[in-house]
Amino acid sequence: MSTIAAISTGQAAGGIGIVRISGENALPIADAVFRAHSGKSLQTLGGYRAALGTVMAGDVAVDEAIATVFRAPKSYTGEDVVELSCHGGLFVTRQVLRAVLQSGAVPAEAGEFTKRAFLNGKLDLTEAEAVMQLIGAQGEQASLAALGALDGLLSQRIAEISANLKAVSAALAAWVDYPDEEIEDLSDETIAKTLDGSTAALEQLISRFDSGRAVLEGVDTAIVGKPNVGKSTLMNLLTGTEKSIVTEIAGTTRDVVEETANVGGITLRLSDTAGLRETTDSVERIGVARARKKIERAALILAVFDASVPLTQEDEALIALCKGKKAVALLNKSDLPQAFGKAALDAAFSHVVCVSAKARTGLDALETAIADILGTADFDPSAATLMNERQLACCRAALQNLQEAKAALDGGLTRDAVNVSIDAAIEDLDTLTGARATESVVNEIFSRFCVGK
Amino acid sequence: MEYFAKQYDVAVIGAGHAGIEASLAAARLGCSVVVFTVQLDWIGNMPCNPSIGGTSKGHLVREIDALGGEMGRAADKTQIQSRMLNRGKGPAVHSLRAQIDRREYAKVMKHTLEQQSNLDVKQAEVVDLCRNEQGLWQLTTQMGAIYTVPCVILATGTFLGGRVYVGDVSYASGPDGMFPATALSEALKRLQIPLRRFKTGTPARVNRRSVDFSTLEVQKGDEHPVPFSFETADPPENKADCYITYTNADTKRVILENIHTSPLYSGKIHGVGPRYCPSFEDKIMRFPDKTRHLLFLEPCGLDTEEMYLQGMSSSLPESVQLQFLRTIEGLEHVEIMRTAYAIEYDCVDPLALKASLEFLDFDGLFGAGQFNGSSGYEEAAAQGLIAGINAARKVQGKPAFILDRASSYIGTLIDDLVTKGCSDPYRMMTSRSEYRLLLRQDNADLRLTPLGYEIGLISEARYARFQEKTAQIAAERRRAEETTIPLTDALQALLVSRETSPLKNGVKLAELLKRPQIDYAALAPFDSTRPDWPSEIFEQVEIELKYDGYIRRQQAQIHEMRRLENKRLPETLRYDQIEGLRLEAREKLGKIRPQSVGQASRISGVSPADISVLLVYLAKEGM
Repeated sequence: MSTIAAISTGQAAGGIGIVRISGENALPIADAVFRAHSGKSLQTLGGYRAALGTVMAGDVAVDEAIATVFRAPKSYTGEDVVELSCHGGLFVTRQVLRAVLQSGAVPAEAGEFTKRAFLNGKLDLTEAEAVMQLIGAQGEQASLAALGALDGLLSQRIAEISANLKAVSAALAAWVDYPDEEIEDLSDETIAKTLDGSTAALEQLISRFDSGRAVLEGVDTAIVGKPNVGKSTLMNLLTGTEKSIVTEIAGTTRDVVEETANVGGITLRLSDTAGLRETTDSVERIGVARARKKIERAALILAVFDASVPLTQEDEALIALCKGKKAVALLNKSDLPQAFGKAALDAAFSHVVCVSAKARTGLDALETAIADILGTADFDPSAATLMNERQLACCRAALQNLQEAKAALDGGLTRDAVNVSIDAAIEDLDTLTGARATESVVNEIFSRFCVGK
Repeated sequence: MEYFAKQYDVAVIGAGHAGIEASLAAARLGCSVVVFTVQLDWIGNMPCNPSIGGTSKGHLVREIDALGGEMGRAADKTQIQSRMLNRGKGPAVHSLRAQIDRREYAKVMKHTLEQQSNLDVKQAEVVDLCRNEQGLWQLTTQMGAIYTVPCVILATGTFLGGRVYVGDVSYASGPDGMFPATALSEALKRLQIPLRRFKTGTPARVNRRSVDFSTLEVQKGDEHPVPFSFETADPPENKADCYITYTNADTKRVILENIHTSPLYSGKIHGVGPRYCPSFEDKIMRFPDKTRHLLFLEPCGLDTEEMYLQGMSSSLPESVQLQFLRTIEGLEHVEIMRTAYAIEYDCVDPLALKASLEFLDFDGLFGAGQFNGSSGYEEAAAQGLIAGINAARKVQGKPAFILDRASSYIGTLIDDLVTKGCSDPYRMMTSRSEYRLLLRQDNADLRLTPLGYEIGLISEARYARFQEKTAQIAAERRRAEETTIPLTDALQALLVSRETSPLKNGVKLAELLKRPQIDYAALAPFDSTRPDWPSEIFEQVEIELKYDGYIRRQQAQIHEMRRLENKRLPETLRYDQIEGLRLEAREKLGKIRPQSVGQASRISGVSPADISVLLVYLAKEGM
C-alpha cells in the first residue's frame, strides 16, 4: 500500500497543525523534509520518539516542527507513522503537507487513516465508527459523546440489556431442553417484566439518537419565510458571514444558500431559502419550489415572520407548511412597532421567539428554543448514545423483536414463539457490539442450572 | 500373518450408532461397504441410557428417518415406553423420547446390517490405517487381513484409546467391558491427525428386585404414543414404566465426605467432560445450594431386571457408590449389577473436518459420532448418515451433500462442530437452533424427504406416499382459508368457554385456527366438510396457521442467511496473505477453511470487520 499524508487537524485556523504520514515509507519521506536539530535521521529513532527540527521545502525552511515517530504496528493505523506538529497555522501547515507530498507521499482520502487502522485490525467496527464520528464531530459536546462510545459506554449499556434478556432466554431454554429436571417455567409476569424493562431501555436509546445525532452531526435547518422578512440577515447573523446578499428588494435570494452555524453548542446546517411567494419569475419560481422541498426535508425549521406588518396569506401558507414539523417561529423586526404579537402564532408553533436580526437581539431566546425543540437541552453527553444509523437499526430490530415476544406472550402463544423472538433480539444487540448470541445462551444455561443425566 | 483380503469402496470403523447409519447409507447408495466392529453381538449398543430421543435428539431421529436412515425404524420396533416431551411448551420444542429394549435394539440392528446387500459386517479390530502406493487407504486388522478403500469413515466412539475410571481403579477398556482400540490411536497419530482426550460417564445399573417401588413416583408412557419413523404404520405400545426418586441431605454428605476419592477431583482424569452430563459428584460440587436431585429408574429391557439410574453418573469408588445410592428413598437395599464409571477416549478436534465430515487435509477420510467430539446416540447417527452419504458420493464422483443450519438440526449440529468446534462433548439442544420454529420434529419429512429422495435413500413408493401427504396438507390449508364457519350459539359458547373473543359474523376456518385457544379438535362439530385424513395433516395446517407470522419471519431470516451462505470461499484461499485480516482471524480461517462467507462469519474470533475485509478482498480478486 502507498504511503499517505494529510493534515489531521481540522482545516481551520488553530494553534497547532499536524501533518500525519502513514505507510511503509513514512520514515524516509519524513526524513526528506525534516532536518532534526540534533542532526539525527528520523529512521534511527524508535517508536514513540520525538525530535525537534525544521521542515524544509527544497532549500527553504517552512516551519519549525516536532516530528513524532510511531513504529508499526504500534501506531494509530498499524503502519509506520510520522506526525509533524507545526506551529504556523493553516497556511504553513498546508505548505508542510505540500513538501511531504512532493517527497513521495500521496494525499490521504477522507477517513483513510481510520480505514487503514480498521483494515489492520486496530479498531473494531464500533470503535471505527466512533472514530469516524469523532473526526467529523463538531462542537465540544459532540466530541464528549464520541469519546464516551470509545470507552465502551454504549457497549456497556447494550450488554446490560442483553444480559437481562439472556437470563430469561437461558431459563426458558433450560426449562425446554431439560423437561425432566425440576426447572420451573418462568411466570408470564417475570418474562413481561424483563421484556418491558428492556423495551424501555431500548426506546430510550433510540429516542436519544436524534438529539445525539443533532449534537454530533449537526441539524439540517431551513430558514423560511415570505420574501423580505429578513431571512438572509438572520442567516448572516447566525453564521457571522455575509454569504447571503441582503437588499431591500424582495426575492433577492433566488436559490438555497447553505452555511453552518453554531447555536448554543449545536451545529446547524443552515439553508437560507428563497422567499415563499407565487411568482412569475421562472428562476425565482424554481427557488421557491426548492424552498418548499427544504421544508419537507429539514430536521428543523426556522420560520421567519415580519412582526412590523400584519400576517399575510403567504404567512398563513407557511404556517400550514410547518404543521407537524420541528419548527421555531421567529418574529423578526421586533425593534420596529409591532403589527401583531407572539400570541398570533402560539397556536401553530410550540416555540415563538421575538428577534431583531438587524439589532441582534433575541438570540439567547432562540438558542434556548432550539435546544428545547431538538431535545438537546437535556442531552447528557456523558450518557450512552447510539452513534450512527447502523447501531440505530440494530436497536430498532431488537425493539421490534421484543415487541413481537410481548405480543406472543400477551396473545397466549406458546413459549417457543416468545423465546425465538427474545433470542432474535439478543442476536440484534450482539450484532451491534460484535458478540455472538447462541453460544452465550448455552453457556448461561450450564452456569445457572444443574441439568444433565 | 498379513494377507490381502479385499478392496471395497467404503470402510467403516465401528458399528455403533454412527457406523450403522454410515455403512447402511453408503451400501444403499450402491457402494461396496465393509464395517468393522470389535464385538458383533453389540452392534448399536447403548452403553449409557436405554432410550432414544429426548429434547432436540427426537428432532434428530425424525430427520435421520426423513432422509432414509435407520435409527427411527429400529427404535419403533424395540421401544417399550414412549413419551412426547414438552407438550404444551409449543410445537417447536415437542420432542419424542422412547425407552428401548437395548438387547432387542442391538439384535435388530445386527440383523439389518447382515441383510443389507453390498454390505459386509466383520468382527475385527483395525490396528493400522495408512495410505498405500496407489493412494488408497489401507486398513490392517489384528488378524493381519488387509483391506483397501478410497474412503474410510472413523466411527470409533469411546473405543479409541478408551480408559475406564472407578475411584482409584483404572484400566484400558472400551464401553461395557469391551476391548478398547488402542493400536488405531497410534496409527492416527502417525498420520498426524490432531487427537485429544474427552471424557464421559455412565451411572450404575441395579437389580429391579432390590428396589422398593412402594413410595416411588411412577412415570408412564403417553396414552397415545407416536412412532419416530414416518414409515411406521402401527402406533407403538407402552410395555414398561419408569420411576422417579430424589437424593437427599445424606446423599450429599456421603459425596462431600468422599470427594477426594474421585479421579476427577484428584486429577487422575485429564479428559474434558461434558457440561450437560455432569457426574453426580459434579452436580453436588457445582450447585451446593441444591438440596435434592432428581433421578429416574429406567428399565433396560423387557427380559432383564437391570435398571438404569438416570442422573447418577459417577466415577467414585464402588464402595462409595453403594453408600450414596443406599441413602436414596427406594434404594435403601439396592444391589448394583454394573458399577458406574467414567471413560476417557481419543477423539478429533472437529475443526479439522469439512461440513461433509471429510477431513480437510486427508482426502477420502471421514469422521462421525463421538470421534468428532459429539455425544449422544442420535448426534452420532446423524453424523454417520451424512458421512456415509458423502463417502458414497465421493466414490461416485458426485458433489458433497451438505445440510445448512436452516434446513435441519443435523445441519446445525455439523455446522457447530466444524465451524465453532467444541471444548467439551457436544450435545444437541433446541436452543442451538436459531430457526427452531421452522425446524420442528413434526415436519422433518416435509423439510428433508425430498432431499433424501434426490440423493437416492428414499424409495419411489415412500416418495409417492410423501407427495400424497404434501398434497393433502396443501388442500387442507386451502380449505381452511376458504371455508366459512357459520356463527351459531354453540360456536359462540365454545369461544367464550375458551376465553377468546366472541364473533359478530361467520368466519373463515383459518381465522379461528389462528387463535391460540382454538384447535381442530374443538371445531369438529362446526366443520362439516372436513375430510377424513390422518391427524398429522391437520396438525401441520394448524401449526402453519397459528405460527404464520413467526414462520414467515424466520423464512425471511433464512433467505438473508443463505445469501452469505451461497458466497463460496475457495479452499485454496491463503488467509495469511490477505492484508487487513486480524491475526486471530487469519489463524482461525486458515485452520477451519470455511466453505462460505456465511460459515466464516460464524467462526468465533472472526469479527464483522474481518468479514468486511474478506468481502472486500473477494471483490478485489474478482471472486
